[in-house]
Amino acid sequence: MRKHTISVLVENQFGVLAKVAGMFSARGYNIESLSVAETLDPTISRMTIVTRGDDQIIEQITKHLNKLVPVIKVSDLTGTAHIDREMALIKVEAKEKNRAEILRIAEIFRGKILDVSPTSFVIEVTGDDEKIAAFIALLKPLGIKEVGRSGKVAMGRGSKTTD
Amino acid sequence: MKKTGAQILVDCLVKEGVDTIFGYPGGAVLTIYDALYHSPLRHILVRHEQGAVHAADGYARASGKPGVVIVTSGPGATNTVTGIATAAMDSSPLVVFSGQVNSPLIGNDAFQEADIVGITRPCTKNNYLVKDVKELARTIREAFYLVRTGRPGPVLIDIPKDIQAHSTDYVFPKQIVPRGYHPTYKGHPGQIQRCLEMLATAERPVLYIGGGVILSGAAPEIRKFAEAENIPVTMTLMGLGGFPGSHRLSLGMLGMHGTYWANLAVTECDLLIGIGARFDDRVTGKVNEFAPLAKKIHIDIDPTSISKSVKVHLPIVGDVKHVLRQLLADAPRPRAQVAQARQKWLKRIAEWKKDKPLSYRSGKMIKPQAVVEALCRATKGDAIITTEVGQNQMWTALFYEFNHPRQLITSGGLGTMGFGLPAAIGAQAAFPGKTVIDIAGDGSIQMNIQELATAVQHKLPVKVAILNNGFLGMVRQWQKLFYGGRYSHSRMDVSPDFVKLAEAYGATGLRAQRPGEVEAVIAKALKTKGPVVMDFVVEPEEDVSPMVPAGEAINKMILL
Repeated sequence: MRKHTISVLVENQFGVLAKVAGMFSARGYNIESLSVAETLDPTISRMTIVTRGDDQIIEQITKHLNKLVPVIKVSDLTGTAHIDREMALIKVEAKEKNRAEILRIAEIFRGKILDVSPTSFVIEVTGDDEKIAAFIALLKPLGIKEVGRSGKVAMGRGSKTTD
Repeated sequence: MKKTGAQILVDCLVKEGVDTIFGYPGGAVLTIYDALYHSPLRHILVRHEQGAVHAADGYARASGKPGVVIVTSGPGATNTVTGIATAAMDSSPLVVFSGQVNSPLIGNDAFQEADIVGITRPCTKNNYLVKDVKELARTIREAFYLVRTGRPGPVLIDIPKDIQAHSTDYVFPKQIVPRGYHPTYKGHPGQIQRCLEMLATAERPVLYIGGGVILSGAAPEIRKFAEAENIPVTMTLMGLGGFPGSHRLSLGMLGMHGTYWANLAVTECDLLIGIGARFDDRVTGKVNEFAPLAKKIHIDIDPTSISKSVKVHLPIVGDVKHVLRQLLADAPRPRAQVAQARQKWLKRIAEWKKDKPLSYRSGKMIKPQAVVEALCRATKGDAIITTEVGQNQMWTALFYEFNHPRQLITSGGLGTMGFGLPAAIGAQAAFPGKTVIDIAGDGSIQMNIQELATAVQHKLPVKVAILNNGFLGMVRQWQKLFYGGRYSHSRMDVSPDFVKLAEAYGATGLRAQRPGEVEAVIAKALKTKGPVVMDFVVEPEEDVSPMVPAGEAINKMILL
């Protein structure tokens, strides 16, 4: 059961997300993360889907995605050279004694302080899922109040495109 | 030219070559119905929207042309869902139009509002809510393109009432091809060569053909291929008629209620070529013991069907007609040694057939199998047959000899009771001059019996043969075999008097109670001009045999 990152170009129409999500749930596949946004061409959206399965399941998922009429192109980025990024916003308790430590950790992870109050920081951090998990793990003992995480966005390396 | 949405819909239907639609008017489609009033389209008014979809499905399966349905919003639309799911499972080309409440009211829980696009999303090939009258013609064009190409299936178009009334400049659009939709028709040449290599050494091959053969019109190619290679052919329920049942190479149906020799042949074969079939659980039984000795080749237009349940050695994605032509073009004659082995293989199968032929014991009561055989004789095996679901369906599959494609119309994948009568009406609408018979049970006929009125009103002379055993027979059979004989709620003590019921609807009712009366009733029914219901009072506890218990290997048959 390997994690796969699948990039899917779809018609930018209403109901397409429901079609894709419905295919996963109806056939018992799981979506671990999902992000959707318009591409350069406003009639096309890109979905980046992270899912998990053995080779046979991933093959079926890819085929079933391709079978949906509003799906234009499916690329499984796993196993090809690619970059992927997630973003997290983390609201952390900032008491006098650990404010400096939080800022230090944020700096190491190239986090950005987006909001400061007498008792809290909101920090933005970007990276692959391991980096974000590590960042959260370090801040946890200091008191995390809230976490907002995005789905994954991914792209193949080099000049070749998936469009 | 300016036209309203409703006028555009009617014009598009005419230009798409539609001649018949099945429907039921209501509040949200009044504007469309007003446009139908002066149109050349024949409208068949059903008595329940489920009946409209099954009738359109029967029309489509009999003729190969898309079936068209118009229903109103809310309950009109939700009543179509079973019919749409039935068509989706059996890859039947349908275009269903539903009315929707006025656009500004959508999402408001308005009167007769249902999110039918949401509800039918998983059981349509694609579906649409038309939000702008300018999009309507394009959408209809795309829908017809989808149902006519690739693996067919139902498409639904939901049209809000205000869109039907809005006007726009209209020209019938050119072909619309969705940019992400490219069905593969031709088989990959490398795979074709590999297929021929595997075929060249196969001494015990079997062709296993399904509904895809009928959908792609490949029956002539299957016959040529089987004859050229001297390979026996077994058929799924959906594939019956795709190869002549009377042919020396026909093994009949395989699977849960398949013939003894077909199931043994599949179990013993060294090469299995699945063509337009999908290794369904009713066919394979226990998956890892299905054709255990065979190399498997799978030819199908839908890549998702390949290696879904059974891992195959060689997949060929493509339209089966195209692929068979490619194979036929390059196939060398089998070498002498292989040809000899195949001759031996056919002999072995013939012995199995001689050993355990299809049979039943005659008795004092009418046997349902005898009714099906009598119907086959009386119609010279040439009628269009629809069925309901259950024992009636299996006896039809086993005892009526289908020699032509599109001759058997049955709900295979979804197994929808109540399918047969409306489907027969649709088939009859497509072929007014042909004999169309719904072989039914007393249980399932009651699921859409109201459509008798449709048949009478539209002068569609369908014949219904009820194998009346007073039970939900297949449920009873499972209860007998696997639930200790506890007939939990499968007995239908009370049914209407079907003869009187037929008469009440304005049809003809006939009854046979003894074996000697069967042929006369059938002869009279076939001579009668209008719709006829034949009530055959049959042996109440007759079982379908052979039977493979669910989850068992298909060579583990119970012969009852």
